[in-house]
Amino acid sequence: MTGREDTRQDTGYEERLRAFTGRELRPLTPAQDPVNQPMIRHWTEAMGDTNPVYTDAGAARATGRGGVVAPASMIQAWTMRGYAATVSPPAGRDGFDELVDLLDEGGYTSVVATDSEFTFLRELEPGDHVAVRESVESISAEKRTGLGTGRFVTTLKTYTDQHGETVATQRWRTLRFRPAPAPAPEPVAEPEPVEEPSPPPALRPRPAINRDNAFFFEGAKQHLLLIQRCAACSTLRHPPGPCCPECNSLEWDTVEASGRGHVYSYVVNHHPRHPAFDFPLVVAVVELAEGTRLITNLTGVAPDDVAIGMPVVLDWLDADPDLTLPVFRPAPTEAP
Amino acid sequence: MSPVRDTPAVPATRTYAEVAVGDVLPDLTIPVTRTLIVATALASRDYQDVHHDPELARERGSKDIFMNILTSNGLVDRYVTGWAGPAAVVRAVRIRLGAPNHPGDTMVLTGTVTAKSDADRHVDIAVKGTNSLGAHVTGTVTVRLPGEVTP
Repeated sequence: MTGREDTRQDTGYEERLRAFTGRELRPLTPAQDPVNQPMIRHWTEAMGDTNPVYTDAGAARATGRGGVVAPASMIQAWTMRGYAATVSPPAGRDGFDELVDLLDEGGYTSVVATDSEFTFLRELEPGDHVAVRESVESISAEKRTGLGTGRFVTTLKTYTDQHGETVATQRWRTLRFRPAPAPAPEPVAEPEPVEEPSPPPALRPRPAINRDNAFFFEGAKQHLLLIQRCAACSTLRHPPGPCCPECNSLEWDTVEASGRGHVYSYVVNHHPRHPAFDFPLVVAVVELAEGTRLITNLTGVAPDDVAIGMPVVLDWLDADPDLTLPVFRPAPTEAP
Repeated sequence: MSPVRDTPAVPATRTYAEVAVGDVLPDLTIPVTRTLIVATALASRDYQDVHHDPELARERGSKDIFMNILTSNGLVDRYVTGWAGPAAVVRAVRIRLGAPNHPGDTMVLTGTVTAKSDADRHVDIAVKGTNSLGAHVTGTVTVRLPGEVTP
């Protein structure tokens, strides 16, 4: 893995990336065509979707609608740029092109979409004319993933109608990464070339989830670090358990951690090696600003540079589609 | 009751009261053919070469062409609304992509009702689409179901 050297990029580059947060990448761009029955039919035929409300006005009216509607998930298709602009992109550069250039400069030349989160405010009908604009929500610190080292770029696409009303939003996350040198990047590629069919990558061991600790891992999936709190005496505790060690109450709720803390203790693990981890592996006990401690991994720091008492901040490891875990990286310091 | 998929004129509609947390949706098996990948890419107006040109897809590091994300969204949408019935209104589709869908593979969609919200009759369904490589897609779909069947 190449992450160690790469995490020490000059602070100027980090600043330039950070400057994109909140920036509009694409101004409001109308769809080429209004919502229309032929394109809906092409979509539903290709998807094998036989729901009659997309093509049969009578069936749609029977469900209380005014007439046919477009499939909700089709909204992105209305605003795709089309064939001509794909094969010969128009002259002129926008914020998106600038961001791609900056990521290329950092070596993040490959891209894969990882998440799409749609919220729909109303259904679209033939005649509606959609437009979309896109802005940057966040660009992550450098992360090591199964595909290679890269950064998650999260944007928000806002879809509006001909009246300027928002009809849907889409959080869109891509991983921009350095392609692995030997085998070509493939979302399930192993470090070594393998004979097809490729086996799935080694997964991190599964946590033993029960009714006491499920909240912790559910929170992690939403990138929320939750601490269990006694509902009677408000004492915080971790790891999670059914009973308050202070007052024995069985009632509890949770609070979200600030994400700040320091290294309370750590070890550097060399052996035995589990295929899901990169070695040497820094396993740390981090004491949160709130006072509880948790066992975690440190990322973005060479083992030799870890020190007890070192300030750290929360980061998230999206290990695989079923597992997200809190990890910590050195807290940013003032530029030297 | 289950939706009547072979009589498209009058598929059954599920009401909010008929659905319970823990209900399991019937599996939906999608043969991932080359034609499906290309047809859905074009129907979603996605002309990126990795979704139709095997040679260019290999040059870019994939073993073959692969399904685009708009189609993953569309198939997850179809899976849930096919179960819920035509009166269901989709409120949210949140997905995470994993292993790619290459030609010749088969994706099996599975789903479970995970939450109900009485105030707005919203139902959350956790969905997973698995192929021979692992999880292609995992996510949650939120639909609004009717309070009673429309006559």
